[in-house]
Amino acid sequence: MSKENYEPLLIAFCCQYCSYSAADLAGSMRLQYPTNVRIVRTPCTGRLEVEFFMRAFEKGADGILVAGCLEGGCHFIEGNLLARGRVGYTRKFLSESGLEEERIRMINISAAEARPFVEHINDMLATLKRLGPSPLNRIEQPKKQEIRI
Amino acid sequence: MIVAQRKSIPELMEILGSHKKVLVLGCGTCVTVCLAGGEREVSIISSALRIASRLKNLSLEVEELTIERQCDNIFIEKAMEAIDRNNVVLSLGCGAGVQAIAERFNKPVYAGLDTAFIGILEERATWTEKCIACGKCVLHEYGGICPITRCAKHMLNGPCSGSREDRCEVRSDRPCAWQLIYRRLKDIGELDRLKSVKAPKDWNPSIHGGPRVIIREDHRI
Repeated sequence: MSKENYEPLLIAFCCQYCSYSAADLAGSMRLQYPTNVRIVRTPCTGRLEVEFFMRAFEKGADGILVAGCLEGGCHFIEGNLLARGRVGYTRKFLSESGLEEERIRMINISAAEARPFVEHINDMLATLKRLGPSPLNRIEQPKKQEIRI
Repeated sequence: MIVAQRKSIPELMEILGSHKKVLVLGCGTCVTVCLAGGEREVSIISSALRIASRLKNLSLEVEELTIERQCDNIFIEKAMEAIDRNNVVLSLGCGAGVQAIAERFNKPVYAGLDTAFIGILEERATWTEKCIACGKCVLHEYGGICPITRCAKHMLNGPCSGSREDRCEVRSDRPCAWQLIYRRLKDIGELDRLKSVKAPKDWNPSIHGGPRVIIREDHRI
């Protein structure tokens, strides 16, 4: 796939207490953003583990956006702080494995921030377009590989 | 517990070389607790290896398994079939675990971790060394604080007088072990222990006398 006509697949893990509501609000406000974003609702970004991110990349995601509550505003006190560390750790693994670490990013927004949510999505998609398709998607998927989750 | 840390993915790829089928074998005991080689790390490292191999156009098949303990026959048996299925084992156990697997199977077994020390979780995500397994414990003399492990100069008759603001002069990020020993003995009313001069330590029970073996005749059949 050429870099010009490619539409990146972005997985957005959204905390149900903030960014998922922000995404919902964006819909209610009729704010437009590209359709190649897959929103996955999570009970808290602290539920997300490094292996979730790695598997998403293995299975063909071009990028991952982790959207948690504002720092200090986590419903579970420190879930978003845990997620911040895990996103950082994932970046380390990505760069060691040969993928660009900019393919994963964490943002902190509140439930009322529909416009910032859309801006973050567009910004992340612009980054992914600049990076081009995930190198894993340019290579044929192995047939026998067992991938859980 | 035994504390270890992972090797980098490029290092692991180099260790695995041209092998095509690898079993990443985790251990559910010490290295799980120190976040280096448990089920979660097996999953992450396996993913990273798959990604790295695909990017290099290598057809590496990675199987994942974690057993309760790699240093115990009963648990190793549970990994037999998976080990048979693969060409090589990448063990995420400590050095003892890697060797226990390697001794029992006639195929390459590689270490995926660097085993660091015997230590404890000092605070969140921080492990510190507490014991060098010298073979002859002297902790009772020093209020439960090991001068051999925790004093950079291993002084049995300290302090060295080089500490600054209770910090070690060799490692300024670590507390002076002798300061800790003095405070601890004072708190528990055993300062008198410091009045006697300790004889040089007998290092024969330590690793310097060769690999150590402990045999309990009463438990042998």
